[in-house]
Amino acid sequence: MVKEIERAGIPVVHMCTVTPISMTVGANRIVPTIAIPHPLGNPALSHDEEKALRRKLVERALEALTTEVEDQTIFEV
Amino acid sequence: MSYKVVHYINQFFANIGGEEMAHVAPELREGIVGPGLAFNQAWKGEAEIVKTVVCGDSYFAEHEADAKAQILDWVKAEKPDFFLAGPAFNAGRYGYACATICAAVQDELGIPVLTGMYEENPGADLKNKVLMVATANSAAGMRKAAPAMAKLALKMMKGEKIGASCEEGYMPNGIRKNFFEKKVGAERAVDMLVAKLNGKPFTTEYPMPSFDRVAPNPAVKDLSKATIALCTSGGIVPKGNPDHIESSSASHYGEYNIAGVEALTSEGYETAHGGYDPVYANADPNRVLPVDVLRDMEREGKIGKLHDFFYTTVGNGTSVANAKSFAAEYAQKLLQAGVHAVIMTST
Repeated sequence: MVKEIERAGIPVVHMCTVTPISMTVGANRIVPTIAIPHPLGNPALSHDEEKALRRKLVERALEALTTEVEDQTIFEV
Repeated sequence: MSYKVVHYINQFFANIGGEEMAHVAPELREGIVGPGLAFNQAWKGEAEIVKTVVCGDSYFAEHEADAKAQILDWVKAEKPDFFLAGPAFNAGRYGYACATICAAVQDELGIPVLTGMYEENPGADLKNKVLMVATANSAAGMRKAAPAMAKLALKMMKGEKIGASCEEGYMPNGIRKNFFEKKVGAERAVDMLVAKLNGKPFTTEYPMPSFDRVAPNPAVKDLSKATIALCTSGGIVPKGNPDHIESSSASHYGEYNIAGVEALTSEGYETAHGGYDPVYANADPNRVLPVDVLRDMEREGKIGKLHDFFYTTVGNGTSVANAKSFAAEYAQKLLQAGVHAVIMTST
């Protein structure tokens, strides 16, 4: 799906936990996330801490979108 | 003397449970578990599964280094003649785990390995490294997959010559094998042409390599003026799943309006995905589709706008062809709506 969005001319960042799969499907901008059932959260944290964690991940994704890349790139958080 | 085999399977095939148990750490059991029975029967005493490693699919994906180290230790201690994994059919994380652990056993312990999965499984990406039998896309294919894998595995254990992929049933691994065809090339070419003219299926003998990569688009210049859209394969839908997106093998996607929605609540949204434990996503759907933080950033002027619609489907056993057509379609809608960039989340 990321590839089709990219093909349409829109830059896309893929946020996922299993980054090797993201590489296989051909995402160009990749941000690793927390866990498969809760990529953008961590139920062990308090609500505020969890939201701050989510914010950090989304900020990293936006950073990826504003960064020029030539090849598949993983933006570690 | 019969050959000693160690078998790797996931929590589902070990009867521990489905997604709610996918977090379980690796465990070593004596003898056969689940699908191991079919292999032992096919080998008729010539080879035998002595130990079975069971590991949760999420555990492997999330703790790959730990899981690999632990399993390699067990296999090393057992000194088997062969290591078998799966078959994983179209289960993505399971296929990935099977291929990855096989590669590790083969490379680090020098033990021959074999796995099996559906050709579209992401784990099949390692087919040039690890021998894998092509299977059907669901466990209903076990009756065909187990004998095919057992046969090839036994040949490998006996050190017999392995034929071409089309003869043995493994996925083409880039290694060319010479053999004599029954018909000469001219005859085969004419047969193929006749089949093609009649609209009948035919198989090329020289498939073109496919490099389906799309070059990255230029970066977003000014986030504060950009409209950002959210998309997901994690199955987030309005509560009650109004468009009945299937929990696996999705046949369609959903388009939902979130204009004015400050955050996704458990009262308003849930996941339709049947391939991961839904408890966390249902309790707080922002954990999969981060509407809450993007709304904050929109208010703070960090991004221009969060797009009024999000696009969603269930990426669980959904065919590549379907996923491709969903996204190709909604990408055009995003383009027409003037969206500058997309955040895609996956579970």
